[in-house]
Amino acid sequence: MNRRDARRLALILLFMPFALWIALLILLPHIGMGVLSLREKVGPRQYEFGFGNYIDFAQEPIYWNTLLRTGSMSLLVTALALIIGFPIAYYIAKIAGRRSRGALFLLCLVPLWVSDLIRAYGWILLLRETGIISGALQYVGLVSQPVEMLYNDAAVIVGLVYTVMLFMIVPLTSTLDGMDDAMIEAGYNLGGNGFTVLRRIIIPYAMPGIVSGCIIVFMLTAGSYLTPVLLGGKNSSWFTETIYEQFITRYNWEAGAAFGFLLLAFTSLVVWLGLRLSGQSLTSTVARS
Amino acid sequence: MRRQTQIFLIGYRAYLIAFFIFLAAPLFAASMFAFNDSMFPALPWRGFTLDWFFNDTEPKLGMFYDQRLLRGLYYSFVIACWVSALSVFVGTCNAFLFVRSEFPAKNFFYIMMIVPLVIPGVILGISILVLASTIANGADDRYGIELGFLRPGLLLVVLGQFSFITTITSLVITARMRKFDVAMEEAAYNLGASRLRVLLTVTLPFLRPAMIAAGIVAFLVSFENFNTTLFLVGSEAPLTITMFDRMAKVGSTPVLNAVSLFLMIASGLLALVTVLVQRDRSTG
Repeated sequence: MNRRDARRLALILLFMPFALWIALLILLPHIGMGVLSLREKVGPRQYEFGFGNYIDFAQEPIYWNTLLRTGSMSLLVTALALIIGFPIAYYIAKIAGRRSRGALFLLCLVPLWVSDLIRAYGWILLLRETGIISGALQYVGLVSQPVEMLYNDAAVIVGLVYTVMLFMIVPLTSTLDGMDDAMIEAGYNLGGNGFTVLRRIIIPYAMPGIVSGCIIVFMLTAGSYLTPVLLGGKNSSWFTETIYEQFITRYNWEAGAAFGFLLLAFTSLVVWLGLRLSGQSLTSTVARS
Repeated sequence: MRRQTQIFLIGYRAYLIAFFIFLAAPLFAASMFAFNDSMFPALPWRGFTLDWFFNDTEPKLGMFYDQRLLRGLYYSFVIACWVSALSVFVGTCNAFLFVRSEFPAKNFFYIMMIVPLVIPGVILGISILVLASTIANGADDRYGIELGFLRPGLLLVVLGQFSFITTITSLVITARMRKFDVAMEEAAYNLGASRLRVLLTVTLPFLRPAMIAAGIVAFLVSFENFNTTLFLVGSEAPLTITMFDRMAKVGSTPVLNAVSLFLMIASGLLALVTVLVQRDRSTG
């Protein structure tokens, strides 16, 4: 065996784990799901090929309303996370002193080490009728009886923003960190005010970070299950709940697979549009965080 | 002008503090009630107790005596160990593949490597469930063989979590690999070392901090995962599923708070290890 063959063999061996992983756990399952979603149930254990499950989706307003609602609320959560998180990231990267910078960044990361479940549980304890905020409001005398702040859209949005906040701050901070302070100073020296400098210099520079943060946050929000279920209660109507219901409660796997595909297509479309509009690529954004 | 900036800075700091209160509030709420001597995780405060950790009798069963929670903890631990071992192994292979090898369509495969991270976890869960069940049903119908391991259970949970956690470990280890100076390997070869020996004494030690950090991150992500696990879980429910079942029921006791606090401390310690390992990286 000569050297070239040996190299080739090494490459193939190295390629094997990757190929097995992507083929068996990503590609094949999705193909299987696609095939399943195109199967119509015509009788007990009798199936036909067709687009019935997708037609059902289009004809039932509840389903596509839920998808649209999930999408629009996810966009809202993404926007809120960006608006709330950007000043924090900017402070950590540019204003904080050298020593406090690392500490602040770590503080931001702390909730990341706690599971979604515990975070949602914490919000339940804060927001519910017998919860801390309700108790505090009564104590101060602002309200006379317990208030229920759980099981509405606002609670879901607060919980989701909280859950995904860190995935916005981390890419933003790392992008802003690489920015030269001289650029900001130059902007001021050339007569720009704070707003112009922000709009013309800082935001364009931070764009890769903004895009990557928004993509991750949007995907996480649209695909989340726990927070909407726990904080929104039975009526939160999140699309992942619909999928779960089809799969586990109704045991209608064909429809569940079709819905899963629709969610995937929808989120991919939004991500693609986001990348397109901002002129970024998937490797340049996701890989850097 | 100076005054204006100063006022602005004070406002900015106030915002920062408000933000950190927002970050800490739910964690504080979840851990505080672990010590409340009451049957419900709610106000009023009825005094300090450690019963929710150490009491061994109903109705105030502490977490260290609650068999179902302990079993959940055990399964979570087993799953997380498998997932982090497997994903670090494949992640290391991927680092060698994408940094050190040249092959056609490399960029395309690199994108394929990142894709699992942007697929919603729920979808990963159902697609793997569908494939595994299809194979198991097919084998059953056609050959009458029951492939029990393809039914929802530990193996599927491990595979489901592995499918996207590997992307994380690959990215972490690849980033470290890019900083590796090939001259170090060449020097070792020139000194007469064999391939295996170079790998074991030069390249892998260089990657070790990233491998440990990636392993810990994989462990934590696996431990906390819910979305993917939900669809693949069998009778061996990991901790997140057990806790969710109880949480969905009204009137859960503060034992859940005790578990939450326990998990926070444990993962905080692990996170600290990651930070220390990363620090080692900058000096070494």
